[in-house]
Amino acid sequence: MKPRTRRIAELAVEIAVPLMILAAIFAWTASTPTFYFPPLSDVFERFGNTWLFERFGSDAWPSLRRMFLGYAIAVVVAVAAGVALGSSPTLRRATAPIVEFLRSIPPPALIPFAIVVIGIGDDMKVFIIAFVCLWPVLLNTIDGINGIDPTLKDTARVYGISGRDKLLRVTLPAASPQIFAGMRLSLSLALILMVISEMVASTNGIGFFVLQSQRSFAIPEMWSGILLLGILGYLFNLAFLIIERRVLAWHRGARASTLG
Amino acid sequence: MALLEINGLGKTYGEGDGATRAIGDVSFSLDEREFVCVVGPSGCGKTTLLKCMSGLLEPTDGQVLLRGERVAGPPESMALVFQEYSRSLLPWMSVRGNVVMPLRHKKLDKAEATRLVEEAVDAVGLTEFIDRYPWQLSGGMQQRVAIARALAYQPEILLMDEPFASVDAQTRGDLEDLILQVRDRYDMTILFVTHDIDESVYLSDRIVVLSPSPTEVREILDVSLPHPRDQVETKELQDFARLRAHVYRLIKRRQEGAEEPVPAA
Repeated sequence: MKPRTRRIAELAVEIAVPLMILAAIFAWTASTPTFYFPPLSDVFERFGNTWLFERFGSDAWPSLRRMFLGYAIAVVVAVAAGVALGSSPTLRRATAPIVEFLRSIPPPALIPFAIVVIGIGDDMKVFIIAFVCLWPVLLNTIDGINGIDPTLKDTARVYGISGRDKLLRVTLPAASPQIFAGMRLSLSLALILMVISEMVASTNGIGFFVLQSQRSFAIPEMWSGILLLGILGYLFNLAFLIIERRVLAWHRGARASTLG
Repeated sequence: MALLEINGLGKTYGEGDGATRAIGDVSFSLDEREFVCVVGPSGCGKTTLLKCMSGLLEPTDGQVLLRGERVAGPPESMALVFQEYSRSLLPWMSVRGNVVMPLRHKKLDKAEATRLVEEAVDAVGLTEFIDRYPWQLSGGMQQRVAIARALAYQPEILLMDEPFASVDAQTRGDLEDLILQVRDRYDMTILFVTHDIDESVYLSDRIVVLSPSPTEVREILDVSLPHPRDQVETKELQDFARLRAHVYRLIKRRQEGAEEPVPAA
């Protein structure tokens, strides 16, 4: 098979299989609907009514805002701290036990604490999301900075590259493949913690909506919220991959050239 | 006064019982516009010596003097070309980006920096590849980028650490001729570290032959082969063969005399 034909065939399989599964669920729930598995057409209908766009502003938007705020805070703090810890073995040794301990705490366990200290508002949710997203980015940044090739460091020294120039044009790019790996992991954690924090204490949000629908026996609505979360997670990951491919194009190129 | 003077330089790694003496006692000097090759058996501490000379490493004993001033860190008037070009170039920057990088802190105006970069890239024959990325180029071309980066920096002294050890033999010959041309064009002093005896004789005005570790200077030879040098004609000369044999014996003899024989490269 020619590479082009092959690519089209692969793409066709990728699209056809999910569509077939969807059709099967559709047919099954339509023929034998139960209370817990309502007809898929009902779920779609509620999805349209709920999320396009009646409750988008009141529930989806607050969720997204919390998630991205928490995620952004985590990335900024983790990269800054990671650069500091990655550059200093002494600092790294001093903080390693604390970092290992804090990252081992299952983040939902901190929600009661956060509610007491910060309250049940947005700040608490942003805090929980930021807290969980911090560790993968931090540990990967430390690894990335620590693993920078000594030859590259010598090069920077010989050519008098220091300060801002060194940080932005040598150190951070060199560590960026690892930083991105951490950020990708954190992105899925952010979505999970967004839902959990909204289920525990909230008056709006997608997580709140799913739980509220279930409690009021609005099962199709509940399913529409789950569907939305799945779609969001899928889209975030896709967007992240697209950005990563652009930013790290050099990395893939360099790796391909040394392997080839 | 010599441009660069190495006085009784010694380097010990570690302390106490675990200490290793990498460099015993090395003294020699470089005059302006000289091409000096430092040649020695594999593992004789050439890289350590070069790092001490460039201010990347602090010597344990002795000192390095640049125009009479002690070198305490990498001086602005020195550039270094590393053996591992692929690890020394920045893969996230184009050829242009790599070459301009060291000029950014030099407070040049933009036009001047651009001129320096383009001239250096032209000198190594990569003008048409200036917007490519290093990893899109062959090994020999990547090392040319590293050389262009050093040239644009306008050093008085160019230090080169086995720069052609990782490229194939034909590319190596081309790069040897390139560096001789570049030296005339830029009027620089070059210190070139290698373990290749032919290369050292072909390129240099003087050769510093080192002993195995702990390194000492075995002999310093003048190379009075005529310029310009040519890969075929120069290497056919009687003097070339004589010098080559002499350096070879110096290195061989030291190796056999050493307590632990060092495998030949």
